[in-house]
Amino acid sequence: MSETVHAGTPGAPATVIREFRLPDLGEGLTESEIVAWHVAAGDRVTLNQVIAEVETAKAVVEVPSPYTGTVVELLAEPGTTVAVGTPIVSFEVPADAVRPPSRAGSAGGGAPAPRREPNLVGYGAVVEGTGRPARRSRAWAAPAPEAERGEGEPTTEPAAVEPAVEPSEAAPVVERGEAESRPRPERPRSTPPVRKLAKDLGVDLVGLTGTGPGGLITRDDVLAALGAGAGRTEAEGERAAEAGPAVVRAAGERETRTPIKGVRKHTAAAMVASAFTAPQASEFLTVDVTPSMDLLARLRESRAFAHLKLTPLTLVAKAVLIGLARNPTLNSHWDEGAQEIVQYHYVNLGIAAATPRGLVVPNVKDADAMTLAELAEAIADLAATARDGHTRPADLSGGTISITNIGVFGIDAGTPILHPGEAAIIAVGQVRRLPWEFEGQVALRQVMTISLTFDHRLVDGEQASRFLADVGAILADPGMVLTMV
Amino acid sequence: MTTGPGGEPVQLLTPRGERLADARYDGYLADVDGDAGAEVLEGLYEDLVVVRRIDAEATALQRQGELALWPPFLGQEAAQIGSGRALREDDFVFSSYRENAVAYCRGVDVGDMMRVWRGCANAGWDPFSVNMAPTQVIIGAQTLHATGYAMGIQFDGADSAAITYFGDGATSQGDLNESMVFAASFQAPVVFFCQNNQWAISEPVGLQAHVPVAHRAPGFGIPSVRVDGNDVLACLAVTREALERARSGNGPSFIEAVTYRMGPHTTADDPTRYRDANELEDWRERDPISRLEAHLDSRGLLDEGLRGRVRAKADDVAARLREETVHMPDPPASAVFEHVYTGPNSELDRQRDHYGLYLAGLEAGHGHGHAAAEREGAQ
Repeated sequence: MSETVHAGTPGAPATVIREFRLPDLGEGLTESEIVAWHVAAGDRVTLNQVIAEVETAKAVVEVPSPYTGTVVELLAEPGTTVAVGTPIVSFEVPADAVRPPSRAGSAGGGAPAPRREPNLVGYGAVVEGTGRPARRSRAWAAPAPEAERGEGEPTTEPAAVEPAVEPSEAAPVVERGEAESRPRPERPRSTPPVRKLAKDLGVDLVGLTGTGPGGLITRDDVLAALGAGAGRTEAEGERAAEAGPAVVRAAGERETRTPIKGVRKHTAAAMVASAFTAPQASEFLTVDVTPSMDLLARLRESRAFAHLKLTPLTLVAKAVLIGLARNPTLNSHWDEGAQEIVQYHYVNLGIAAATPRGLVVPNVKDADAMTLAELAEAIADLAATARDGHTRPADLSGGTISITNIGVFGIDAGTPILHPGEAAIIAVGQVRRLPWEFEGQVALRQVMTISLTFDHRLVDGEQASRFLADVGAILADPGMVLTMV
Repeated sequence: MTTGPGGEPVQLLTPRGERLADARYDGYLADVDGDAGAEVLEGLYEDLVVVRRIDAEATALQRQGELALWPPFLGQEAAQIGSGRALREDDFVFSSYRENAVAYCRGVDVGDMMRVWRGCANAGWDPFSVNMAPTQVIIGAQTLHATGYAMGIQFDGADSAAITYFGDGATSQGDLNESMVFAASFQAPVVFFCQNNQWAISEPVGLQAHVPVAHRAPGFGIPSVRVDGNDVLACLAVTREALERARSGNGPSFIEAVTYRMGPHTTADDPTRYRDANELEDWRERDPISRLEAHLDSRGLLDEGLRGRVRAKADDVAARLREETVHMPDPPASAVFEHVYTGPNSELDRQRDHYGLYLAGLEAGHGHGHAAAEREGAQ
């Protein structure tokens, strides 16, 4: 943490600006993503008031304010990934209210606080520079005087003595402030076998950009430099090497690599688990849903549904619930561990939602016991909560079957993959006006395709087909419900 | 194995704060039920509120980068305070890393409590000043130390006892099982206090214990009891009974306090990834503090005066904890060589010298760095 002391206007108490650096919120994390700020510049905050939500590789955690004071500036945008140790917010706090923490150096004191590098647990040693540690050169001869020197005595060995060594080995002496802000030129790091390879091939390591951990030059880097530099002058080779592997996207870069993490990683794991444990089969049914759309229009005008968000999805969800009552095997679970089939006598209906943080599938608990109005409200709530990123873990677990609405993206049909542990998932396509057979003639009708994927261990084609036909029949003629319940 | 009526854990205070009569354990709560009972209950209430505040403040300090790690005990306050307050000063505690509320009962300074978690010390306090061993991170290892210490008490002919705390996960460790064999064989005065908080990090207790863990102890010849770990009075009573057994030469006891870890395993854990939020809701209704509040209220003791007094104490402790933590000096690098051996050791001396030379080598290229490092070391 760094600070500046403000004398303040006469009569007003002096204040101090304090920066808050992103801490290692788990054990051994190097970065975290700022999910949201709960405060803005100018806000008064109290100690331990939640100011931000931060997602690490391990958890989404709330960050409490370390001070009582005023937020001066938010230094990191939501959605950005920030390295541990980077200032993320600054506060103005009364100078007399807090003694500066020991790690922040002395208040208003001369030397800036030494900056620390995060390591596995918390903060490690003072950063000595951005390159490798300034290891004492080989020219350093006698350790004796060093050892004899008194503990508190400052070093008297002049830095100017250092040039006695070969330039590539010398660690140039840089003022601390400079050392933090710019990398110092030195021979890039490499391992002895790689240095030998480079020497054998006649490749000069100076000027190479290492792609290994911490900028280490690898065998591949040497070989690549050899290929790139063939028949060129050394200077050209150097430029080519500089233009080579880089972290920041250069013009014309053909691919960008992003670490797999967060919701994406979770989604991938769930999809892989689903795809490689359950043998999945899909069926499609295209239905003339004009009567359902007419019903929807009438319901929207009725007083009971006036305040609700009724969509084709709501009707499909209701049709699915009615269909499940007649075809319960689609609402079951294959318990591999127990070697049992679990038949649910309730339906927790999952609704896939695309959120800024990725795909989540919250579910409506006991949806089968709900009226259409309750169902509409529950689905709307779930979707709104998911979009805001506030879905509760309880809403994400315990689902028994899912619906994914691909129609909102203007898609007709697809093959959804099962939500792990569930026996079926229904994809709802868009409602399109198409020329369609109607009462023996071709008419412009509202048509929708319903896609169904099922776990073939649990569900046979017959049961899946009956279920899908039921759902289709209801949507084609909502009055058919009278024959089903 | 002793349980309450109907095989449920022993409960003396219901979640709604009603005091249940119990033929076996009422005798151990004579002070609570007696004329001066109000003072005892208020003391327990203060303890519960203050330690919860310690836990919350430490969690916040970790999120603010002032602690490297913290293992919250939110939800387990009654198990720790009930048992901790049953102890005598000359008893000795061998705990895991989560028993910071027990440490509070032993009189450990809140700043000292944080030293290990800030990475400033290997042990935060002098074990012999409070009769509580340093925080043990190796799962179950402290049960061996407790049993050995208890055997020592026996050889000394004293009437004090050792108590060891561990979680449900530790019951699967060899160390605990070996400890129980020795404790039973030598009839050592040791109390095995298991806080079954339902989760060994992400593993539910049902995976490692097909029957309640308290069932295992009788197989070793150790009497056991299942107690409602969120009931501070029941925890106090059963621990007093176990300590009495130990002091009177009747050997070890095993207590399974059935409780719940409301928070993460540590601040580096995200429990929402492996457990159902409904479970959390169920346990919230059995909260140890609201239960005692309800009881105090039913006895007409929970007035604004008590609430205010306890709140002020908690605020004060939290402020002191924060103050001491953020101003804790970093230890010098050479501190890593301390406390490895009790006396001088030539090999260690050689390593210390070499490390000193290495550090001097790093600093030689940096005049400022050297000075800064000296300042750090001098703090």
